[in-house]
Amino acid sequence: MAMTDPSIAVRCSGVTKSFHAGDGTIEVLHGIDFDVPAAELTMLVGPSGCGKTTLISIIAGILTPTSGEVETCGRSITRMSDAEKVAFRRRNVGFIFQQYNLLPALSAAENAAIPLVAAGMPLARAAGSAAAILERIGMGAHLGKLPNQLSGGQQQRAAIARALVHAPRLIVCDEPTAALDAESGQTVLEILKDAALAPDRAVIVVTHDTRIYSFADRIASMEDGRIRAVSSAPLAQLSEAA
Amino acid sequence: MNGVALRILLGDRAKYIGLIFGIAFSTMLMSNQISIFAGLMLRTAGQILDAREADIWVMDPRVEYVDEIEPMTDMQLGRVRGVDGVDWAVPFFKGLTVAHTRDGMLQQIILLGVDDATLTGVTPRLVLGSVENLKQPDAMIIDRAGFQFMWPGEEPGLGKVVELNDHRAVIVGISDASAPFTTFPVVYTKYSSARNYVGRTRKQMSFVLVHARPGVDTHLLAQRIAAVNGLKALTWREFTWATIGYYLKRTGIPVNFGITVALGFIVGAAVVGQTFYIFVLENLRQFGALKAMGVTNSTILRMVLLQAMVVAGIGYAIGIGLCAGFFEITSRISINLRGFELPWEVAAGTACTVLVIIVIASFASLRKVMVVDPAIVFRG
Repeated sequence: MAMTDPSIAVRCSGVTKSFHAGDGTIEVLHGIDFDVPAAELTMLVGPSGCGKTTLISIIAGILTPTSGEVETCGRSITRMSDAEKVAFRRRNVGFIFQQYNLLPALSAAENAAIPLVAAGMPLARAAGSAAAILERIGMGAHLGKLPNQLSGGQQQRAAIARALVHAPRLIVCDEPTAALDAESGQTVLEILKDAALAPDRAVIVVTHDTRIYSFADRIASMEDGRIRAVSSAPLAQLSEAA
Repeated sequence: MNGVALRILLGDRAKYIGLIFGIAFSTMLMSNQISIFAGLMLRTAGQILDAREADIWVMDPRVEYVDEIEPMTDMQLGRVRGVDGVDWAVPFFKGLTVAHTRDGMLQQIILLGVDDATLTGVTPRLVLGSVENLKQPDAMIIDRAGFQFMWPGEEPGLGKVVELNDHRAVIVGISDASAPFTTFPVVYTKYSSARNYVGRTRKQMSFVLVHARPGVDTHLLAQRIAAVNGLKALTWREFTWATIGYYLKRTGIPVNFGITVALGFIVGAAVVGQTFYIFVLENLRQFGALKAMGVTNSTILRMVLLQAMVVAGIGYAIGIGLCAGFFEITSRISINLRGFELPWEVAAGTACTVLVIIVIASFASLRKVMVVDPAIVFRG
């Protein structure tokens, strides 16, 4: 089912998710209704265990909801087969993880090139394309360095390049500043906002880090598996409340 | 993603070397022990293999292998010659006796007596002299290793004299006969001379060597000889396997070698399996990230198998090279170790076994990779 409103990148309708635990099941998402507009940076905030990571995993097509409907980039994720989801993620979703998850044996440029390599491009050519993005985000001097030769902030920038290299329509970030100091965290968010946002692209950031709330265009606050509030920035009040 | 898989493999230098070492060690141990075992077993049938002109070996029905001699009367030779399909049949003597050198050295020898007229049964591989020299009086041909046993430090040469049961014998040839199971010198002489050297008795013919007429089926001829004469008649191949089979059944050799080979397999499988499993486990998060980014399970399967095949290939090449080098070096160190080599069948068999080890190792790890939830990457 195609999404009618092109300004909406993600639409969740009545999404629930349950996990088996022992003899019973635990429902971690209780009927989520949530829209993520395109061309905006949306932050998903809330206490640990409230279901933020589960929700973005469903939006990105990694987990399947127990019930409800999810449309991402105009396509119904919930109706896709597993193979279709894998192909969908490869083409349309960029990931930025808390722990960077860079391959230790590959250089920054090669790491950033992985989504292109996964799509079938030879490593050397893909690394060339990735280098251009790395240079754009101030990593030109570190293209050939291995992850263990980079600082945390530099590793996260390499991860941002990896999330952008294949021009996805959705970027999902899980606690991108959790392992960084305040200054590096600010820099990473500045880069993310400058480089990642585009008219046809949405960015979702899951975070606990109140220091970066100011970068959000929209903040969705979660609690106990439900969206409690969605507010437009600036949100000093929410920041204080958190 | 093949390049990425190789970079991941080479990036963890310690485990990469550990995996190659495990495969190389396992390959070396298995191929070395199986080759020595095969060499030993071939030694038991060395004298059969050296007399390849004979299609069929005829013997007393109670004889089970080549070193078990139950002599027959010379009359049996004529009866074998009379069987339809026999091209020629000659007597063959095999026994043990003691040789004395002029300087007082005493040495047990394997004495082989071949037909006086045709000299059939002598190994064609001569280092010095010729088979025809055996027709001279008191002549004998000794193998190179036997010569070095009896005259240590001397270059093999002709004209040396030994005493066999108070009879004089002169060396007229040096052969390169197959190494026997025991390390006794192998001495060829005429059938009549051999009987003199051990002392004449009524029954002295150990075997009758038979050549089938062209076009005659050797199996059928052997059956016919056995049926007509009440003797045992086996093709050279059957007799070789009967001899090897006897040693396999009646000695602890296969068990001992089997244990070592099994250890090689188990140690190889355990070391490689464990190391590869840990290697994959440590990269599980990376594999999870790749899956999240849209890399398919089949691509990851190919990546892991490529890594496994690369370490298997390099480890096998090193291990089989070490094994071949071992036999090359040992054959130069001592002539007694001649004949031990790495047969291609063993090299091929070991390659298959290494493949089994690496498949077991990778499939144990692959299960983990296949079921890893890409959502693992969202867990801090």
